Amino acid sequence: MAAEKKIETTGLLGWIDQRFPLTANYKAHLSEYYAPKNFNFWYFFGSLAMLVLVIQIVTGIFLTMHYKPDAARAFESVEYIMRDVPWGWLVRYMHSTGASAFFVVVYLHMFRGLIYGSYRKPRELLWIFGCLIFLVLMAEAFFGYLLPWGQMSYWGAQVIVNLFSAIPFIGPELSVWIRGDYVVGDATLNRFFAFHVIAIPLVLLGLVAAHILALHEVGSNNPDGIEIKKNKDAQGRPLDGIPFHPYYTVHDILGVAVFLMIFSAVVFLAPEMGGYFLEFNNFIPADPLKTPAHIAPVWYFTPYYSILRAITGEFLIFGLIPFLLFYLAVVWMSRTKFLSKLIAAAAVGALIVGFFLFDAKFWGVVAMGASVMIFFAMPWIDNSPVKSIRYRPDWHKAVYAVFVVIFVVLGYFGVQAPSAIGERISQACTLLYFGFFLFMPWWSAMGEPKPVPERVTFAPH
Amino acid sequence: MTLWISRLVTRLAPALAAAALALVPVASQAAGGGYPLDHFPKSKLTDQAGLQNGAKLFSNYCLGCHSLGLMRYNRLTDLGLTEQQIRENLMFTGTKVGDPMRIAMAPSDAKEWFGALPPDLSVTARARSSHDGSGSDWLYTYLRSYYRDATRATGWNNAVFANVGMPHVLFELQGSRGVTIEEIRASKGEDGKTTGFTKTVVSFDSNGQRTETVEKITTGHPHEGSTIKLGPAVGGKLTQAQYDEQIADLVAFLTYVSDPSAKTRTTLGTYVLLFLAFFTGLAWWLNREYWKDIK
Repeated sequence: MAAEKKIETTGLLGWIDQRFPLTANYKAHLSEYYAPKNFNFWYFFGSLAMLVLVIQIVTGIFLTMHYKPDAARAFESVEYIMRDVPWGWLVRYMHSTGASAFFVVVYLHMFRGLIYGSYRKPRELLWIFGCLIFLVLMAEAFFGYLLPWGQMSYWGAQVIVNLFSAIPFIGPELSVWIRGDYVVGDATLNRFFAFHVIAIPLVLLGLVAAHILALHEVGSNNPDGIEIKKNKDAQGRPLDGIPFHPYYTVHDILGVAVFLMIFSAVVFLAPEMGGYFLEFNNFIPADPLKTPAHIAPVWYFTPYYSILRAITGEFLIFGLIPFLLFYLAVVWMSRTKFLSKLIAAAAVGALIVGFFLFDAKFWGVVAMGASVMIFFAMPWIDNSPVKSIRYRPDWHKAVYAVFVVIFVVLGYFGVQAPSAIGERISQACTLLYFGFFLFMPWWSAMGEPKPVPERVTFAPH
Repeated sequence: MTLWISRLVTRLAPALAAAALALVPVASQAAGGGYPLDHFPKSKLTDQAGLQNGAKLFSNYCLGCHSLGLMRYNRLTDLGLTEQQIRENLMFTGTKVGDPMRIAMAPSDAKEWFGALPPDLSVTARARSSHDGSGSDWLYTYLRSYYRDATRATGWNNAVFANVGMPHVLFELQGSRGVTIEEIRASKGEDGKTTGFTKTVVSFDSNGQRTETVEKITTGHPHEGSTIKLGPAVGGKLTQAQYDEQIADLVAFLTYVSDPSAKTRTTLGTYVLLFLAFFTGLAWWLNREYWKDIK
């Protein structure tokens, strides 16, 4: 037998620790994981996202016990859960509200990352895992939304899968391959069910584990954007850090309590949330022969849906081409490597040629995809000398505020039926949305940052 | 107090949701509105005698054609009925008390007789919701807005649901009414410019006879649009107030059927929120005690 491991614990715990790193992990991730002591309101949303994930998995398991993934019975089985399964209504409303709550919490969590520069060195991978979680979460929500088999489920899926048919050459075959049929049907429902209950959740859980491991490797950022590991005591513990357990566990319990109040108010008193969490049309069983007058995705997808709809043939030529040329001019005049300038010129050139070769619908899909994927670039496009918004020039706050407004406006027009004025506003917001990211390398470096303190700002409670 | 909280949240939530996304009603045009919806009297939802009456009305007038396939007869014990009463008053012979509320009519017959299958109404009170009003408001207005129209095969039309397939089943209660539909349209020249406005008035009397007048508007500042004015009901067994009361009972029943757990849910929700308020206080105190260490 190999030499005995050196451990401090005795008894049963000692027996386990000889064979499994229980105490070591407890220390590494809880009792001796040092988190900055100056976390504020924005730092509740990571743990809340975990809570919602658990709620979704547990309620999802119980829903799966009663739900029938069959086009002829799916709608009925959901209502069966609502009526005949003991506490089924509670489980179902928790799951449907949980879907929206997940996005509320994740959007706020991402916003925190944006304003405090949580994506910057050494947290690039942590950020990338987060972006992947966001992408996978969107897929999870999309697949799950088909399952109640109401009109909005059905036609929403029809519209989104049809987007793939806009891809040149392989599009039409690809969309048939995704659906497993020429229209959304039983085959589609079955595969979406498989993706929703097993495939995507497995990926999601793996990514969440990677996200947390990466976090605990590099340590949490904080509202001051200072590395607490720079100032350590004699034992090597960060001076501004406190053990996650018990300090942040009790802190997060408070966050959980407040969150559960809001969550329960919706679940028990307004589960439809005025038609935004459960859309009215979805109480009509899916009917492949009756297209609803107005198809809109659930609120959390609407900003991206707006970007999709904003891309018209006219907008490609009069909106995007001037925008791209202006971008190229900015790149060309900047102190960028010549090779980078050439690459930018080639990319812009290829896009402009592409605008004339392929349908606007395809570019809409590309723009929608790009609007989500662009978050991945954050660690490399932010050139501000300081991380946190607290120490950046005041006008940077205004830029972020404008970005938030744009996001909300896009979301608003995404729920609205198409209109001429809505289209124009969405197009303007689309340019501003991409402008925020594409010009970030320059604007983020502009202005005079405020002095960053050596130690975190903290007022004892 | 508890009821007050639940009412407040129930009322505020849709408003908050709407305010979060917009201050303007969403997609009201797409919902095909037009005829303004009356407010269904919500107090009916807690009126047990009214709900029982609604169940009886449904069984007598609607259940011949419209199923409530997602609802079992014995669930109606929620409304304070015993299984015995349900069997005797609400069910057809040959069905069991644990059966869903289906119809006897074969779908193929229904198609032949009505041109379309009369829809199942289990969740209609939710499905008919829009940002113009709740599904209950829609049903309450719809069932009170039938008028005579001899040009339709059924002899009936509806102000809320134009060219509806269903005749006025509750006609013996309400009687029949006429209608005046005024429509103002801009007339356009060949260049697409507005040259003037015309007002078309179509009216049906209480026997459904149609008259139409068209006139050019020469004075004032007209706006395009249409208004529907229903005439008084004649020949019904009930007065208008009595009829409205019956419809409110029927709609309350359909609203209950669309989400039978709603009452349990809101009552329980209030206790859950009270508990969570207490728990939040506890969590706040625990957090404060621990964080006293941190300087």
